[in-house]
Amino acid sequence: MTAALRLDEVTLVHSDGDEAVTALDRVDLAVDAGELVAVVGPSGAGKSSLLAVAGALAPPTSGSVHLGDVALGDLPPRALTALRRQHVGFVFQSGNLVPALTSLDQVRLPLTFGRVADPRDPAELLARVGMDHKAASRPHQLSGGERQRVGIARALVTRPKVLLVDEPTAALDRQRSQEVVELLAREAHEHGVAAVMVTHDHDVLHHCDRVLEMVDGRLEVAAPAAG
Amino acid sequence: MFLARRELVFARGRFALMGVVVALIALLMVLLSGLSVGLVDDGVSGLQRLPVTSLAFQDGVSKDSAFSRSVVSEDAVAQWADQPGVAEAEPFGNTLVNARTDRDVEIDLALFGVELGGFLDPEPAEGERLAGVGEAVVSATAHEAGVDVGDTLVLEPAGTEIRVVGILAEQHTYGHVDVAYVQLSTWQEAKAGVREGDVVADRVYDEVTAVAVRGDGSGPDLAAGDDAAGTTSMTLEESYAASPGYSAETSTLQLIQGFLFAISALVVGAFFTVLTVQRTGEIAVLRALGAGTGYLVRDSLLESLFLLVVSSAVGVGLGVAAGAAIGSTPMPFALEAAPIATAIGLLVALGVLGAAAAVVRITRVDPLTALGGNR
Ligand SMILES: Nc1ncnc2c1ncn2[C@@H]1O[C@H](COP(=O)(O)OP(=O)(O)O)[C@@H](O)[C@H]1O
Ligand SMILES: [Mg+2]
Repeated sequence: MTAALRLDEVTLVHSDGDEAVTALDRVDLAVDAGELVAVVGPSGAGKSSLLAVAGALAPPTSGSVHLGDVALGDLPPRALTALRRQHVGFVFQSGNLVPALTSLDQVRLPLTFGRVADPRDPAELLARVGMDHKAASRPHQLSGGERQRVGIARALVTRPKVLLVDEPTAALDRQRSQEVVELLAREAHEHGVAAVMVTHDHDVLHHCDRVLEMVDGRLEVAAPAAG
Repeated sequence: MFLARRELVFARGRFALMGVVVALIALLMVLLSGLSVGLVDDGVSGLQRLPVTSLAFQDGVSKDSAFSRSVVSEDAVAQWADQPGVAEAEPFGNTLVNARTDRDVEIDLALFGVELGGFLDPEPAEGERLAGVGEAVVSATAHEAGVDVGDTLVLEPAGTEIRVVGILAEQHTYGHVDVAYVQLSTWQEAKAGVREGDVVADRVYDEVTAVAVRGDGSGPDLAAGDDAAGTTSMTLEESYAASPGYSAETSTLQLIQGFLFAISALVVGAFFTVLTVQRTGEIAVLRALGAGTGYLVRDSLLESLFLLVVSSAVGVGLGVAAGAAIGSTPMPFALEAAPIATAIGLLVALGVLGAAAAVVRITRVDPLTALGGNR
């Protein structure tokens, strides 16, 4: 079967003034539906760059990215925006919720950007991530873990094929970190989402199906996932 | 609308503060508009209500004092009457006088001298039309100032007596004083300062201020008429500039209004620039989640439009209330819907334009910045 997400020979060079930084160096990656892949590595290794390219936020300098059968390189910017809206879910480091919106509205928000084929019910989804009791709260009234849960619900409401998660536990304590990653794994498995999670946190890797390591833009297989 | 509505509610404190500023600008706009219209009414309503398309003054007369300096003869009137495109041409006299009524009301007047029964001879709302020498039909505002039908106006210093026979329905003022229509020879004597018993030169009865011309259809060729009659023509509107103080007053107010438009566009633009800069991170996230540029721009412009429309409506409401209070004072002030609507429409349009300049920043936000945090 075709992988839900596939990167072939992807190189990404950031040009920063005269300086050129190779953030991704001939990266190959295939993630199947229902699989949660962890990417670990030191700061500056290119982990966020990997998510940016996989999620159609940045075009690779060379190489190709496929979402299912769709080659991103062939698409104009508008189509990439629509593709992100319909098929990609992002979860950011600190939740990155919209300050003006209640938890329920955060989850409804992606459905207001345009047509989404088969959305999940925002209220139900909020209950599923255990946040229904804070449906009317705004981000400043939530803890870090709660914000991440709302952020995860927001990323999943469009029923994305691909879920890209950037250091979701960076601001959380141990207990909350476990819960958040458990939630991600459960959603990926039950809803057949191809998920890539960047993390520094080695305590959560046992929830993941595979662990890859990024060093200086190169993606390598790390120690096999425990459990 | 989803996001705009919620952001307006969430940041209501900020938006309210900005709204107060816009409302105050709108209030000022309404007051300025009222003052403009009031000054125009005071300055030239007597001219505006003349059923005239153009006025032919003495050849080469200076534009800003034509009514006080120009002298033309009855020959010029006859010449103009013969011009093609002219329906009617009649002599018109205009001079400012000081007067006092027999009930001791002091009043400055603009005497308009017209031919009895001519097209300039006005129909009063109260009393009778002019029927002969020594009679006047006065502006409604003179009536408000205490002049009534049956009063005798004594012109100073000559002592000429004129009886008020009629009151006009509307305000007829010129150069901030009330208009009194009189028969042409009465005007000519007043202009010449003739006192009772004086021997009057014949030329006094030949001289008027201008030829009042009413065109038919396409109207006369003014240059050709001027050549034939030896005059300098102005359209009725051009002649407003010859009303004392008119140009200076209107240009000052226009300048202030222009500044207000610029200020409101800048203030609104600056407000939305700050707002957009503060929201940069949020906008990057929205873009990463698949919000198109159109969605974000529409959202921001809706916010600005809502802010501008609601707060200008509040400002106009306050302005109209203030106007009602000012209306009972002697200040030249008159609220008219059309100039207010134009000013407020422009205010809103320029505000949205200012906001649009800020919103352009949205299109430059890179969704990539939503990721990472190590840069
Ligand atoms: N927009 C950018 N412009 C220039 N250089 C960048 C940009 N984004 C990232 N980089 C550089 O690319 C490298 C990889 O960055 P990143 O993918 O953010 O690493 P990580 O997420 O693993 O910490 C770093 O050296 C970083 O400085
Ligand atoms: Mg990173």
